Amino acid sequence: MAEEVDIIDQVVGQEYKYGFTTNIEMETAPKGLTEDTIRFISSKKTEPEWMLEYRLKAFKYWQGLTAPSWQNFSYPAVDYQDIIYYAAPKEKITLDSLDQVDPELLKTFEKLGISLSEQKRLTGVAVDAVFDSVSIATTFKDQLKEKGIIFCSMSEAVHEHPDLVKKYLSSVVPYTDNFFAALNAAVFSDGSFVYIPKGVRCPMELSTYFRINAENTGQFERTLIIADEGSYVSYLEGCTAPMRDENQLHAAVVELVALEKAEIKYSTVQNWYPGDKNGKGGIYNFVTKRGICLGDYAKISWTQVETGSAITWKYPSCILKGDYSVGEFFSVAVTNNMQQADTGTKMIHIGKNTKSRIVSKGISAGKSHNTYRGLVKVNKKADKARNHTQCDSMLIGDRSGAHTFPYIEINNKSAMVEHEASTSKIGEDQIFYCNQRGIGTEEAIGLIVNGFCREVLNQLPMEFAVEAQKLLAVSLEGSVG
Amino acid sequence: MLEIKDLKAEIEGKKILNGINLVVKPGEVHAIMGPNGAGKSTLSAVLAGRADYAVTGGEVSFNGKDLLEMSPEDRAREGVFLAFQYPVEIPGVSTTNFLKTAINEKRKYLGLEPMEATAFLKFMREKMELMEMDKALTSRSLNEGFSGGEKKRNEVFQMAMLEPKLTIMDETDSGLDIDALRLVSAGVNKLKDGERSFVVITHYQRLLDYIVPDFVHVLYKGRIVKSGDASLAKELEAKGYDWIKAEVEQEANA
Repeated sequence: MAEEVDIIDQVVGQEYKYGFTTNIEMETAPKGLTEDTIRFISSKKTEPEWMLEYRLKAFKYWQGLTAPSWQNFSYPAVDYQDIIYYAAPKEKITLDSLDQVDPELLKTFEKLGISLSEQKRLTGVAVDAVFDSVSIATTFKDQLKEKGIIFCSMSEAVHEHPDLVKKYLSSVVPYTDNFFAALNAAVFSDGSFVYIPKGVRCPMELSTYFRINAENTGQFERTLIIADEGSYVSYLEGCTAPMRDENQLHAAVVELVALEKAEIKYSTVQNWYPGDKNGKGGIYNFVTKRGICLGDYAKISWTQVETGSAITWKYPSCILKGDYSVGEFFSVAVTNNMQQADTGTKMIHIGKNTKSRIVSKGISAGKSHNTYRGLVKVNKKADKARNHTQCDSMLIGDRSGAHTFPYIEINNKSAMVEHEASTSKIGEDQIFYCNQRGIGTEEAIGLIVNGFCREVLNQLPMEFAVEAQKLLAVSLEGSVG
Repeated sequence: MLEIKDLKAEIEGKKILNGINLVVKPGEVHAIMGPNGAGKSTLSAVLAGRADYAVTGGEVSFNGKDLLEMSPEDRAREGVFLAFQYPVEIPGVSTTNFLKTAINEKRKYLGLEPMEATAFLKFMREKMELMEMDKALTSRSLNEGFSGGEKKRNEVFQMAMLEPKLTIMDETDSGLDIDALRLVSAGVNKLKDGERSFVVITHYQRLLDYIVPDFVHVLYKGRIVKSGDASLAKELEAKGYDWIKAEVEQEANA
């Protein structure tokens, strides 16, 4: 036992690889949130009047709300007047050319393994790089344009594609949805916008990389993906942040719209700074993600690998409105040290013959707590809706916790809903067995955990599956004796 | 190859091994027999480096190196293989992936480059043919849902892949029907090359009909109380362990 504790303590000393800070001159909004802050953000982005009005409405609504408190974790109340809501590198960024981007910024993304320059780009992946409140660059834009695909920053979309934005923004997650969605609608800064035209299969992975850099700043990005009839897109987001002693808020909203026979595959590899071993610092990752299958035979698939953040609180969900539409949720959530996670999904069956599948793998090490919370709801008219939920928890060491809260609401007798759950502990037997074959303890844990998550990792695009596997191993390094 | 001198070990304060002496030379097959609770499985666990057991005395050298000083993984990398009595299930990890990791960890330890995927797969195919392994087993999750016989065959297959110098078989015959026993034994016999050594721990003589030992030792109350050749195993089969127990008691009283 003593040995186990020692090794858990070693984890604690584990360095967060992406904890560096970029020194760059920033332009920021004054601390705090008032109508002026919103006007400031909107004017910085030279937004049209309708956008500002939308923000102000959301802000008024938000002012009447209090933060929710039903979650299965505790955190000190966030002082919303103590946050900076807008921070952007001072240099004027033209989106047309990388030459005008501050080399310091390019270096930052380079260090994170995201090359924006022509020569070193990852082939087959188009990247939108978001630094604090603004998008720095979007690669492969022209190639995508040839197919009619729009992949740009949200700020740009507001100007260039106002009709699409007006039609779909807030259509899946209205600002009245919840406290953080209202806050995001009021102050969102940037994020990615994607439109795939009818019948087009997006030829490459689209990806957004979010980086928080500035101090005392929150990141409130907004992502909107629309897949028109019969189209297909696979999208991936990644995120990191510097190591800082204070907590930083990340309250994003992601909306997905899949029309008839369209498919959206949305993958997340979340590695925000998790805080130190005593739970000091780290990101509060309070995000609203939801997709709607508007048309028949549409499909939305969420895959998430959550290893970072002090607190992860989100439920990527699917509204299955079209008949025969399909929703999927594949999740790996790892918590170590003092991290907390309360995550899962909602599958809302509205159309007939709709199907959903949930596979959740929670891994808790150190003194962390990991909660799965999921809702499967079958509406009255959703004849023959089907759901299968599989929810597995793994405990490492004896000071961590795993919790499961499944909610099932069935209003149609023809529904078939199945729920399976399991909890296991990485056993000394398993580790010794690996040791006896020449595999060291660290590698053994990596192997066992990756095996446990295999179903989910298999869902990730090839380019990222390997990275995600490594990330899992690193975030649990040394967590067992 | 293996030299055990006056080895003593206990678990949770309970003395299990009370001074074991054993020398195994290259190419030899030693059988260790004994009644339940004699310390047979403890001996294999201590040699493999299980942390639950405390070594309280004695020495074990393996090819001139102090085995007891080494971590379990280093013992494995040096060439000690334990065929488990109860092989462990690892969900989601295929036997292929598991063995690739194990082999490359060993190669790293020996200062060799990792084996490339194609070379590895070729090597594995050869060993599978040799061991008459069902292809399907290697792509399934390690030991998960395997029958008792499949698990034991998989142990022998892993042994073939890892090419150890010394194999300790911990009651590999337990829970096997006669057909599975034949298959497992045939696998082991194919791996005998005059260099590799085997320590076969078993409660019953029947395994030794197939894997013929050069020496048979009887373990009782944590000591080797009698040694002989293969005929000793037959004698035990015929007479049981009681006469050995009686002999030991007599000596103790004398």
